[in-house]
Amino acid sequence: MQLRPDSSFYPTARMAMEAPVEKYGFTVMLSGDASQPDGIAVVDLDSTSKTFGQIVHQVMATTPGDEFHHFGWNACSASLSPLSGHAFLERRYLIVPGIRSSRIYIIDVKEPLKAKIHKVIEPEEVFEKTGYSRPHTIHCGPEGIYVSTLGGGGKDGTDGPPGIFIMDCETFEILGRYEMDRGKQDKHYDFWWNLPQDYMVSSEWGLPPQYENGIVPSDLLSNKYGHSIHFWDLRARKNVQTLDFGEQYQMALEIRPAHDPAKSYGFCGVVVDTTNLQGAIFTWWRDDDGKWQAKKTITIDPVPAEADQLPELLKGFGAVPPLVTDIDLSLDDRFLYVACWGLGEMHQYDVSDPMSPVLVGKVELGGIVKDTKHPNGRDFAYGPQMVEISRDGKRVYWTNSLYSSWDDQFYPDDEGGQMVMAHVGEEGGLTLDKDFYVDFPQGLRAHQIRLEGGDCSTDSFCYPNN
Amino acid sequence: MMALWGAIIGAGLFHGFNPGMGWPLAVSAALMDKSPRALWPALGALAVGHFLAMAMVLLPFSLVSSLIKWDVEIRISAGVLVALMGVYLLFNRKHPRFLARVKPTRLALWSFLAALAHGAGLMLVPIFLAMHDVGDSIVGNVVAAGFVAGAHTAAMAGACITVSYVIYRWLGLKFLTRTWFNLDVAWALSLIIVGIVGIVSAAS
Repeated sequence: MQLRPDSSFYPTARMAMEAPVEKYGFTVMLSGDASQPDGIAVVDLDSTSKTFGQIVHQVMATTPGDEFHHFGWNACSASLSPLSGHAFLERRYLIVPGIRSSRIYIIDVKEPLKAKIHKVIEPEEVFEKTGYSRPHTIHCGPEGIYVSTLGGGGKDGTDGPPGIFIMDCETFEILGRYEMDRGKQDKHYDFWWNLPQDYMVSSEWGLPPQYENGIVPSDLLSNKYGHSIHFWDLRARKNVQTLDFGEQYQMALEIRPAHDPAKSYGFCGVVVDTTNLQGAIFTWWRDDDGKWQAKKTITIDPVPAEADQLPELLKGFGAVPPLVTDIDLSLDDRFLYVACWGLGEMHQYDVSDPMSPVLVGKVELGGIVKDTKHPNGRDFAYGPQMVEISRDGKRVYWTNSLYSSWDDQFYPDDEGGQMVMAHVGEEGGLTLDKDFYVDFPQGLRAHQIRLEGGDCSTDSFCYPNN
Repeated sequence: MMALWGAIIGAGLFHGFNPGMGWPLAVSAALMDKSPRALWPALGALAVGHFLAMAMVLLPFSLVSSLIKWDVEIRISAGVLVALMGVYLLFNRKHPRFLARVKPTRLALWSFLAALAHGAGLMLVPIFLAMHDVGDSIVGNVVAAGFVAGAHTAAMAGACITVSYVIYRWLGLKFLTRTWFNLDVAWALSLIIVGIVGIVSAAS
């Protein structure tokens, strides 16, 4: 029994920034061809340690073919609201879903070097209790642990819409569906919220047949992937407004609300604009009448290329699209990081004014055409993808794989997993650390990163910065 | 008699200082509004909810407590009930999930339900029953229950106001995590103790 709130729970985002520096990271290891089980790598991030930048422990899944992707904590700073009644939870377990198998692993990381599987929830239980499949984003919130899913029922996950389900935050028992009124929402991807303001925002990728065996070009060209975001009355569990970016804005993925809950805006990344192959970021906000609005505030242009430099999928276009596949916002709500997985670039924007972001930093690494090498001279497979920022905002970590079948389509000649780190300048600017380059074990690719004690895409804060 | 009033005021202070009873929500409201004025409606709502929860529990006891014939039985049953609530809370530490569904803007409702769910009102019952004189009229007992609930809530609100103002104005939210102790077990034990004391004093 905890007698005090967990020391890694912070009332405000600013207090989280002043917290001790992270010592360990947890990173998804994905077997691209499902020939071996996926796992979680424990990476030493302590720059004073002898094993700095090395994988110091691994927790492997029980079965191959799960496709680990995103994951999250059983508890975070959200527990500090008296409304939730969960102030004395421990940040101790990682909830790791298999996006392909629908199996969910609960991993105990209290001692990172001895991290182990605590519980496995088999896919049948998920199907039976929720009617959903393919669990994805994890957030801890008022009623427990919320899990978004990409598929509905049935073999191919198209029997009914996907949605969010809730798990008990102590027993990890699946409690049931979240939605009481989903409105127009029929696809799913990411979600996040503002707890004191009591709203949630969710986004859309595509249904399982649109992504599981690779991107479906005809669906993309006919704009059939998701292009809307949904605003919810969080505790009433009701969709109150659906905002359509426009059908050419294909795949509205990561939702990043401002961390300071006094603010009512956030960002959403769009993978590709099918009219011009640009990548785009939308800023969404609540206007004075309480209506949600969104405006495209960042565009990233494609780069022309010869057909023989391009994979089969892109030969007809004569250009590399940026493919904005992940974004992340620093805890001071100042810098937005944008992964351009196709180009092989990581962008850093100053979003102090969320309506007019300014590009202040950029790192080139990997990429379909450029294939830039790491400063240590080694290869970086694929391009910059899942990005995570340290709590203090001074270090940015990223990995390289997007999704097994998509990696193979966009980068047919690449294989491997890497995790790298860049340092952030006082006023922006991004420089790769020459000595931090984690090369993953043979046959394993790298996806989402979580930092010990919380990071910039897990914790929800209940109190404004003061 | 002074000791009994002291217990009622003391329980109020205990409830008020406990972050779990809501003062951080008042601080949050003031920070969201960027104005200390927003503290007062939030604190008012918390106090109203708490008062109603106390009154709701005390009222039925005040109605029956004038039955002279059954005085001992009533006090013993009340003590048993309070102690059982304590035992239940001691073994079932899960927080009721319906509380998490109350909107952050409904602070009075949340405060009412939180006080009720944790048996905060029950804690006052044996003290209240020990206070009244056998033979008091029903009206007198109802008024007395109102005074007990009112005095308790005043102490609770006073503690809430003090701590939220001091944290908001001077100390800052870092004191939230430093001063929040897990009182679940202490809370359950105090219900059991109050219940047993009620039973013993009724039987003696």
